[in-house]
Amino acid sequence: MSNKDAHWAKTKNHMYVTLALWFFFSIVLFMFGTELNTMSFLGYPLAYYMTAQGSLLAFVIILFWCTSKQEDIDEEFGYGEREDD
Amino acid sequence: MFKGGFIQNLPKIYGLYTGGFAVFIILMAIAESAGVSAKNIGVMFVAFTVGIYAFIGYLSRTVQVDAYYVAGRQVPTVFNGMATAADWMSGASFVALAGGVYFGGYTYMAFLVGWTGGYVLVATLLAPYLRKFGCYTVPDFIGTRYGGNFVRACSVFVLFIASFTYVTAQINATGTIASRALGIPFEAGVWIGLISILICSMLGGMRAVTWTQVAQYIVLIVAYLLPVFWISSKVGGGIFPHLMLGDEVARIGELEQQFGLVKNSAADMKSAGVPGGLKYISGPHSGVPEGAMAVWKYLSLAICMMVGTASLPHILMRYFTTPSVKAARRSVAWSLFFIFLLYSSAPMLATLSKLSLMDPNLATGIIGKSIADVQAIEWVQRWSEVKQVFIADFNGDGILQLNEWFMRGDVVVLATPEVAGLPFVISGLVFAGGMAAAMSTADGLVLAISNALSHDIYYKIIDPKADTTKRLIVARALLVIIGVAGAYIASFRLTSILGSVAWAFDFAMSGLFFPLVLGVWWKRATREGAIAGILTGITSGLVYLLYVYPKFSVAIWGVAHDPWLGIDHLRFGMIGAPICLVTMVVVSLMTKEPDDATQKMVDDCRVPSGRPVISKQH
Repeated sequence: MSNKDAHWAKTKNHMYVTLALWFFFSIVLFMFGTELNTMSFLGYPLAYYMTAQGSLLAFVIILFWCTSKQEDIDEEFGYGEREDD
Repeated sequence: MFKGGFIQNLPKIYGLYTGGFAVFIILMAIAESAGVSAKNIGVMFVAFTVGIYAFIGYLSRTVQVDAYYVAGRQVPTVFNGMATAADWMSGASFVALAGGVYFGGYTYMAFLVGWTGGYVLVATLLAPYLRKFGCYTVPDFIGTRYGGNFVRACSVFVLFIASFTYVTAQINATGTIASRALGIPFEAGVWIGLISILICSMLGGMRAVTWTQVAQYIVLIVAYLLPVFWISSKVGGGIFPHLMLGDEVARIGELEQQFGLVKNSAADMKSAGVPGGLKYISGPHSGVPEGAMAVWKYLSLAICMMVGTASLPHILMRYFTTPSVKAARRSVAWSLFFIFLLYSSAPMLATLSKLSLMDPNLATGIIGKSIADVQAIEWVQRWSEVKQVFIADFNGDGILQLNEWFMRGDVVVLATPEVAGLPFVISGLVFAGGMAAAMSTADGLVLAISNALSHDIYYKIIDPKADTTKRLIVARALLVIIGVAGAYIASFRLTSILGSVAWAFDFAMSGLFFPLVLGVWWKRATREGAIAGILTGITSGLVYLLYVYPKFSVAIWGVAHDPWLGIDHLRFGMIGAPICLVTMVVVSLMTKEPDDATQKMVDDCRVPSGRPVISKQH
């Protein structure tokens, strides 16, 4: 496998992992809204908290994580870009 | 004081700007205590901020194609994040979102998840690859990847439908806010709004829009967060509402039990003469509705908004302005962070606002009090006059019940500072913030449409030999024409603000999402497949919207139709996008594999470093 193909395979895997996390916080959680709402977090009912703030925060964290991980992958295969670019 | 270039000095420049804005707020507070009228403070807030945006727009004027279309590709990550957040958060987000949460509760909050979760799709599937491609517009990517003028024109068509629906809503919002803040008729507000929008974008294109959007973000986020934190500590919700309102949410639940959640009959509301568009609380604040259908309604709305986010051209094109692929990816994360600041505050504002009105223990509470007393309150009188709030004593007991208090959703943002007894200077600030939110989105949309028409239709298809001067004249003329057309349609007030905003997402997702994503992720996708996908997707979505939206279906079929599987007019992308995907895959597999040059182009755009796939000047 060429360098380019290996880079793309790894990038693809990273995309699947990121989208799995995304799917969990945007879809899976809210399939169980009534059940979740019986629990509480910071005093809020959990499903209410997740849709008002929790999932939103999760997306922000996922994106910063996903970005830095992708940069590592790019570096690993020699596709990194100069900082001052 | 400023060494080095403009870009190096950005933090200093916007730091000074923010400081200047803070000084202006303090000056207005002093003016208020010196007896300047509330109306004049509102006028000064809007005039001062809009004047600054216009000044930035003038300073950013340009005669270069690269600067006009993609801001010279030198916008730093964090600033591009702010500009995208302003581009993204529309007048509807600013003015109507908290009100939507206030009345719609849990199910409505699918919008919050949808409008943030979509950025994960943007960052993983599209933004870095489109940036590497080096295109000027979104149809430019489609046209180059699939090759040919027809597929380019098809994508311009989808872009036009989606963005134009959206822009009329934004110009409408600009008009509403301008008319209230300046005390002028709505129609005049629309045209004043339009002129401000055009001044910000016409002279400098993307460059001017970028730097005004950063300025607008600062105004709108201050205007949204300041009242939330202030009201929270005032009603005893704690200094950091996002983490501390658990008790308040529980208290609202108790009060709902105490007052009872009653549904009014349509006949009652009609005979009481409740003005159109006003709502009352009939659902629980934090409760989750039961049943599979309720889950599906939540999820389908969230999916439409997420996928729509990842297909809206005015957002995607913001990531063409960064210096590198890495910067594009990072700036998506920053955009989402800046958006999160506002979106996570909307439910908090709704909670505080609801508690202020409902809790009889608070001085501001009105539910459960005598109607005569409530009608004597100054803010109730002022907002009743403009038909934004309404009281109907259904049971005739002279006491205001929960189901007897009506108000427009916008009031939650626009009037809560007044209700909670904050000084008027805060209300003036909120007007300025709403204006900034509506203007920044309208700017981005008008530019997205006119750039697609001037670059993809005029330069790429009609006159490829046109020189720079001619291209920019055409681009600016189209900008004015699109703006005027949008304002003209907005002045008829065809739909409510929110209805048409959701439609834009559904249109974009029906026609653009899969052609864009498969363009990067599936080499086998062919031109014929893309054309078929775009056309069937947008057509099926549009036909379903006509079928399911009562106003249209009554006009065409004479009857209103029930939504199929709960897919109503807010969710018609659930029909268009799958049809687009299936058609595109089937037709692609039936036609000849793309040639080597195209496959190499896709390979190149997947590699983050190196030169853009298409040359710099094109």
